[in-house]
Amino acid sequence: MSGHPMVKSEQVHKSFGPIEVLKGIDLEVRAGEVFCIVGPSGSGKSTFLRCINHLEKINAGRLYVDGHLVGYRQRGNKLYEMREREVATQRRDIGMVFQRFNLFPHMTAAENVMEAPVQVKGLRRAEARERAERLLARVGLADRVDSYPSQLSGGQQQRVAIARALAMEPKLMLFDEPTSALDPELVGEVLDVMRALAEDGMTMIVVTHEMGFAREVGDSLVFMDGGVVVESGHPREVLANPRHERTKAFLSKVL
Amino acid sequence: MPDPEKTPTSAPVPAPRDAVPPEAIKAVPVRHYGRWVSAVGVLVLLGLLVQAFAGADIRWEVVGDHLTYDTVLRGAWETLWITLLSMLIGVVLGMLLAVMRLSSNPVLSSVAWGYIWFFRGTPVLVQLYLWFNLSLIFEVLNVGFYKDEMNQVITSFVAALLGLGLNEAAYMAEIGRAGILSVDPGQTEAAHALGMNSAKTTRRIVLPQAMRVIIPPTGNEFINMLKTSSLVSAISHEELFLASTNVSSRNLAVMEMLIVATVWYLILTTVFSIGQYYLERHYSKGSGRGLPPTPLQRIRAQLTSFRTRSQVGGERI
Ligand SMILES: Nc1ncnc2c1ncn2[C@@H]1O[C@H](COP(=O)(O)OP(=O)(O)OP(=O)(O)O)[C@@H](O)[C@H]1O
Ligand SMILES: [Mg+2]
Repeated sequence: MSGHPMVKSEQVHKSFGPIEVLKGIDLEVRAGEVFCIVGPSGSGKSTFLRCINHLEKINAGRLYVDGHLVGYRQRGNKLYEMREREVATQRRDIGMVFQRFNLFPHMTAAENVMEAPVQVKGLRRAEARERAERLLARVGLADRVDSYPSQLSGGQQQRVAIARALAMEPKLMLFDEPTSALDPELVGEVLDVMRALAEDGMTMIVVTHEMGFAREVGDSLVFMDGGVVVESGHPREVLANPRHERTKAFLSKVL
Repeated sequence: MPDPEKTPTSAPVPAPRDAVPPEAIKAVPVRHYGRWVSAVGVLVLLGLLVQAFAGADIRWEVVGDHLTYDTVLRGAWETLWITLLSMLIGVVLGMLLAVMRLSSNPVLSSVAWGYIWFFRGTPVLVQLYLWFNLSLIFEVLNVGFYKDEMNQVITSFVAALLGLGLNEAAYMAEIGRAGILSVDPGQTEAAHALGMNSAKTTRRIVLPQAMRVIIPPTGNEFINMLKTSSLVSAISHEELFLASTNVSSRNLAVMEMLIVATVWYLILTTVFSIGQYYLERHYSKGSGRGLPPTPLQRIRAQLTSFRTRSQVGGERI
């Protein structure tokens, strides 16, 4: 796996008021890679993911997606904040899947998937509907197209959420603990979809506690703690022979 | 709802071969004596009330005649119009104020705050008078492209709409704000992550969900408005109440005309309540609780189930 760098993070800092949550994150995600982030609660994993599509503004450092600065334009050595429209345009290419699904409850599965293509890309409804049906079939929900989220199981909802993100044809997918809110017997169906996605060559950043998935599907893994990357490497390497004490302590608890 | 294909089916517990089926329970139901006593009491009181009114000195034929009297009908029509238009102003301006109030722009949010502070803090009756008498301080209205004498512009009807509508907007703003705040912030986040801008997110994602919280109190506001519109009589606009009392000052049937007005107010509020019911149904789409059948559907189901009783299972509608 050695595509061009899809995400590049240089000394990214992020504070909420006086609390510094990210204290200089350096990492690089290559195109086509499955990049796993693990770490204890509160270590800043979600915050970092949210910085990548500018749901949070970083305070210092540089963050690039596909070679472009996230949320800013650089002229000379001056940074200009992007307008809302430009930020929205950047986000189109980045899909995000949330821990709590965040499906639109007043829309059916198909409508959830169609919403952004129609509203943002101006796709015709018939075309969007076709695309939605195709994507829902791909995540194994061909027969639930017209169900409302409340009529679906957690695993099914999360698969709809993945289809919804894919409908924008992103070049990068962010997963924030996509299986943490699921009953254990439903975790597998979501991981299967993600595995298939990885095999199709999608670039994915996955925050997860599923070490089995990281080991099997992951190409790289970082261990974050206290707002810094403590350790990184190939998942099998890091998970089998953690070098840092903090990594060892964490892994001994979750494995 | 678990996926039927994925959930492992637990092995059925084998029933013991020759187990005797348990005896059906035959118990004495709890007797609600209190209910019976209170029901009888209420019925007796109702009877007394009916008796009192039947014996009272009311000329019911006058009530009946005047229910469809021209002046009264025109008044009812006027009340309906004022209510609908004032509510339209209230809802549109109110939603705008709600969004402004929640905006991160401090100018917008403080303007909205000031508006709500002023209009909630003063009586509607005073506001009606203020609008109606605007020509006392501004003789002409001049907005560049349009110029006219103020008392030509501010008729009693316009004063009524401004007084009631602008006041209502302040209340609708608070209702709207509560509705918007009731929507999970994760929804906005998901929409933004998909590349939707704020305006689209508000219109397509947040407001439709806020509607479920907004509609019930808005229905209340509608019905309140129907009744509050009677205050417009104070600036001598002939709506239902003023129309009825005007008639009674001619035919001297004071109580009768008030009953006529009462009946019309009840008719109007009933019609509005039915409208509210259907609107709530529309916006509860996807709320998980299946929609209960409408009364019409229920009647239709009854009729068809009489015809095809043998096929229609107990639950199906
Ligand atoms: N909007 C916010 N305002 C203030 N503090 C915040 C905000 N969002 C996150 N934090 C804080 O930032 C820290 C890191 O949060 P974050 O959600 O990134 O952790 P995490 O690694 O994803 O944890 P978890 O595994 O529990 O999801 C926490 O201490 C949290 O309280
Ligand atoms: Mg998190």
